[in-house]
Amino acid sequence: MSFFSTALLVVRKDLLVESRSREVVYTALLFAMSCMLVFAFGLVKEGQVVTDAAAAILWITIAFAGTLALGRVFDRERQNETLRALLLAPASRASIYVGKFLGVFALLVMVELVVVPLVALMFGARLFRHPWLMIGLLAAGSIGYAAVGTLFAAMLARSRSRGALLPVLLYPITVPVIIGGVRGTAALLGPEADLAVARAWLMMLVSFDAVFVTLSLWTFEPAMTD
Amino acid sequence: MTADFDTLTFAGVSRYFGRRRALNGVSFSVRAGEVVALLGANGSGKSTLLSIAATLLAPSAGEVRYGAGTAGEGGAALRGRIGMLGHDLYIYPELTAAENLEFFARLYGLDRVQARVEEALDLAALSDRAHDPAGSFSRGMRQRLALERALLHRPRLLLLDEPFTGLDDVSSIALRERLARERQRGAMALVTTHELEAIEDLVDGAYVLTKGRAHPLPAGTGSLRDRYRRQLQA
Repeated sequence: MSFFSTALLVVRKDLLVESRSREVVYTALLFAMSCMLVFAFGLVKEGQVVTDAAAAILWITIAFAGTLALGRVFDRERQNETLRALLLAPASRASIYVGKFLGVFALLVMVELVVVPLVALMFGARLFRHPWLMIGLLAAGSIGYAAVGTLFAAMLARSRSRGALLPVLLYPITVPVIIGGVRGTAALLGPEADLAVARAWLMMLVSFDAVFVTLSLWTFEPAMTD
Repeated sequence: MTADFDTLTFAGVSRYFGRRRALNGVSFSVRAGEVVALLGANGSGKSTLLSIAATLLAPSAGEVRYGAGTAGEGGAALRGRIGMLGHDLYIYPELTAAENLEFFARLYGLDRVQARVEEALDLAALSDRAHDPAGSFSRGMRQRLALERALLHRPRLLLLDEPFTGLDDVSSIALRERLARERQRGAMALVTTHELEAIEDLVDGAYVLTKGRAHPLPAGTGSLRDRYRRQLQA
């Protein structure tokens, strides 16, 4: 079976499982909306949002909801030890990683489809003024976050303190992704959008993605064997 | 190295978890067509040894040889000749019995997927529940499904961790018959169990794991459990 056929088979299975339970999407969405409400109470005064706050709120909400989704996706594989069954299959372990990564990325996209319009509405952020650049920033940021998150969540799947360890390990490593996403988005939200700065941050995110995906593909097999 | 093999050899296999030694120089062989029982108290290293045989854990010292090669040399093709049934059953409760089998059949790159799935459902006596979620099954039904999942690709090496736990008499007899058929086909099996009566007539040899070491259970008079007790008291 080819590398991409295996990856597609795994992501299709993950989406089928999620479509049956809808547990991860609903939990992540509710959590994201709660996050935004907290930010709305804390950062909006007399109808005015603190400068650049919308960009930060968007990316912090995505990161927090993403961590929740990552934890649950791998809890599901741990409960019946199905992760071991995947690793036992005569398929490249990197292709298993890519399948899980694509599943996490798809969940992040579903969260973003709800969170982005809500941030635009609640904080008056003009997120749709340059839609393609915004989509590029969201896609590149989500790829980087999902790439590292999938690797760490898989490595921690059998650890007793995985709930505490995942954010502790994940957030410091993905700080460049969050900074790139926030600065790139903020550049689009000012009275005059700074497209050159937004593009520069997008390129930075793409570079992070290349490094993160390569390192994750490289380390997944040895990390899973022991 | 070809993917297939007819012997499994543990040569001085040790495994540490931090400073704790789970296995200490385990050495023995299993040949095609043999069923070997791994006996021992909880925490004696049986599941660790199965995980090493499954290539999911690397030994800290010593090596495991599949025929003439090692797990590193065999890679993915070697994993395709191994079937494992863990204490946790390696099936997705949200998916139906047929979807579980189909997913793993495709993951193993098997041909005639639908025919194999139907055959496996038949052998698991689950044809009439094929489209029910596996999570709605009883322990015995899930165990039968999990066993057929592990056997879908007709593995040479079968690793079974406590396969009789929670089974009623009918399911237990069916599992014994299924294992006997696999042995006849030329599969070799390593089975950990505390249900010694269930495997009494099935095993060709047994090893007792004590403090990480594997001691062969001597042939002699009495049942498997009697011999096991005598070994523990020796």
